[in-house]
Amino acid sequence: MSKKLDKVDVVVVGTGFAGGIPSAELAKAGYKVVGLERGKEQNHSDFIGSKDELRYASRKGMMQDNSIETLTSRSEIGEEAFPIRTQDEVMVGTDVGGNSVHWSGVSKRFFGIDFEIRSKIIERYGEDKIPEDMFLQDWGITYDEMEKYYDKFEKTVGTSGEPDPLGEVRSSSYPTAPTVETPGIRLFKESAETLGYHPYQLPSGNITEHYENPDGQTINACMYCSFCEFYGCDFGAKSDPVATVIPTALETDNYELRTNAHARRIIYDGKKAKGVLYVDLKTGIEYEQPAEVVVLAGYVFTNNRLLMLSEIGEQYDPETKTGVIGKNSNGTNTAGGVRGFFDEQKFNLAMGAGALGAGFSDLTSEYIDNTDLDFIGGGDVEFRQKGSGPIATNYVPKGTPSWGEEFKEQSLFYANRNLSISFSHPSYGWSFNYMDLDPNYTDAFHDPLLRVTHQITEQDKNVAKYGIEKCAEIMEEMGADIIDKDEVPEKFNHNYGPATAGGVVMGDDPETSAINNFSQMWDAENLFVIGASALPHRPPQATVTVGAMAYRAAEGIEKYLKDDGGLLVQAKNNKEVAHVNDK
Amino acid sequence: MTDKKDNRTHKMSSDDKKQAYEPSRRKFVKNTGLVIGGLAGGSLLGGLVVDMNNTEPSNTTANIAEDSYREARMFFTRQEDFNVLEAATERIYPENKNGPGAIGLRVPYFIDGQLAGDFGSNRKDYMIGPFKENKYDHLYQTRMNRGEVFIEGLRKMNVISKDKYDVDFHDADGKQQDTILQSFDNDEIELEGVSSKTFFNLLRKMTIEGAYSDPLYGGNKDMQGWKMREYPGPRAAYSDLIESEEFVELDPISLKDYQS
Repeated sequence: MSKKLDKVDVVVVGTGFAGGIPSAELAKAGYKVVGLERGKEQNHSDFIGSKDELRYASRKGMMQDNSIETLTSRSEIGEEAFPIRTQDEVMVGTDVGGNSVHWSGVSKRFFGIDFEIRSKIIERYGEDKIPEDMFLQDWGITYDEMEKYYDKFEKTVGTSGEPDPLGEVRSSSYPTAPTVETPGIRLFKESAETLGYHPYQLPSGNITEHYENPDGQTINACMYCSFCEFYGCDFGAKSDPVATVIPTALETDNYELRTNAHARRIIYDGKKAKGVLYVDLKTGIEYEQPAEVVVLAGYVFTNNRLLMLSEIGEQYDPETKTGVIGKNSNGTNTAGGVRGFFDEQKFNLAMGAGALGAGFSDLTSEYIDNTDLDFIGGGDVEFRQKGSGPIATNYVPKGTPSWGEEFKEQSLFYANRNLSISFSHPSYGWSFNYMDLDPNYTDAFHDPLLRVTHQITEQDKNVAKYGIEKCAEIMEEMGADIIDKDEVPEKFNHNYGPATAGGVVMGDDPETSAINNFSQMWDAENLFVIGASALPHRPPQATVTVGAMAYRAAEGIEKYLKDDGGLLVQAKNNKEVAHVNDK
Repeated sequence: MTDKKDNRTHKMSSDDKKQAYEPSRRKFVKNTGLVIGGLAGGSLLGGLVVDMNNTEPSNTTANIAEDSYREARMFFTRQEDFNVLEAATERIYPENKNGPGAIGLRVPYFIDGQLAGDFGSNRKDYMIGPFKENKYDHLYQTRMNRGEVFIEGLRKMNVISKDKYDVDFHDADGKQQDTILQSFDNDEIELEGVSSKTFFNLLRKMTIEGAYSDPLYGGNKDMQGWKMREYPGPRAAYSDLIESEEFVELDPISLKDYQS
């Protein structure tokens, strides 16, 4: 029997950017907010002196404990899914700040075409260009409408950068200066320019100078110490929720943070969310936290699974292609690139930062001409100097054995003599790629695990091959002695990186989307689902867009609380939705 | 190939370095100790800087003696299993002209320590059944924990060696050992409850980890793994070095130095 607590204005599941931003905004506006975090309490002092590759990058010290929950995976409908058992195979954050604490920091905005992808592709190439099973859909919002939220997010987290010469219009410049140019970055930029591209320094969440944000939080200057991805920042120099929105929320006295709080259900009466049922993992006591508004802002898998377990919204069915929850599962795409080996030149590869690098947008969906290509959209080309950890980066030219004398010799010789260029492309929704509850495997509380069905498509393979060839041309221009191209996998390898998305997607039509452009559920007007789960397809580097969406959602929630409730956006179709639903 | 002299290699003067590490100058001065004499492969280390001002070398006899307390088994109960582990990791990461191999880096003790802890017992992994075979050999799909996988794999290696070559694995010659290891890598060996590929992947992965993780975990003895690949260890800052056109060689420091 759960213990019922006093009602609050807002309960938020999750403390990453998706949950931390509405928590800070609503607490500042005077609303009583409770934040639930399944992981432990942590703050900047936990990260000082934490430069330990084994503990964080190898043993995934900041990732979820799979003994409590994980997911199951399969390639095709009809197969039996198997559980993803180890932390090597699924990268999902936990603890205060969530995934946004150990992200690398690449802070790109999306392009206009990303928000209106279906309309734009049809406008440019006709409807026939879209493969039959591809769920290509508009997001119900435009870049112009998103711009002010992007701006707000960048100012809150202090993003460092210079404008992409091919980027969308910005209302203001980046709050802090771009990252430095290393010899490797310079070589990449010069080579890309020679080939006619427009390289620029990547926008970075590794902040380049001491910065005070509009909420009065300070972020320090990056030391390029190389411990970003997989790590909390030793210097408090990363755009993360622990340095920004969480302390802002806590300073208001309107925000109560409850850690070790594992959400099991959204309490739902068929029309509205009533609160959240959660277990205190330390005591085992189960609580019911009632609230006027419920915000679901966990990782993609958490958001999907909690809605399914709570039976909110209609589960997507791949046979009838109806239902919306779990639909457009995406993000587990094929990324690839090339690695160049330099016999005569050494680089300072131990030095770096997660987002230190350069890239160009000439080959993105916005600029590429798909007319004569066998895929839709394009991708981002990036050169990064993240800082090479010695355990993770023992690169050897293809054909070298993976162990033994020759491996040792070559891996030591090339340890500081290799550079890579990557190509990452958007991952689209397909009718056969989706999420639902697994019929066989359960978590530590005997609740079904989430099951992901994911197949790599011809589209994925073709765009990846195209990108890899382009990267190889640049690497050749850079003068590498050996150039190894990544192989494009035939099948999904069931490794879940940090880039999964979809399942609770945003749109303007309740028939094809779960939430409107304020992240408000069509089927439960006081339930807001924020995060990468909202992305109907996932362009590379989504963190800044998720942050911007969270600011828009926060604005919507405040409006909802102030006014008389109801849907904040008119639904496009006539489907019976929350405020007119009598069932 | 290692004979190639890199003409970009740049020796930093003491003053350069102090400036570079302004944020933690005190630590820098404390941590630059290096004893060249104790290291194998002197030619490789020719470019390393000896800091004449160092006041507290990290490789003093006293420190090494203290560290050697970790040269005892806490997971493996049978010496013979550990003998196989030593021989196998040494073939994966052998001693050569660059410097020590797995045994010299104390990789076997690193693995022993890891198997004795959370990683060895898969504490943070999903270990609920049913466990079913699948076609993805890179995935961990066995009900055995990593410690059990190692025991199963190492004992089988020894059995194969005795059957095939009439000697214990650690007494077999390098070529024979490699042949056996390769058959595990190729997934050609029948093990109980786990594929030989899963075991081999784990053995290889942990050998690399033991060579290159912070010495606090018992491997990477005296940071020799890092020195071989010119990795400087966890350092406070590179903000003043990162734009350098030349390769900067720095003596590695460990977390013991960094956190204190």
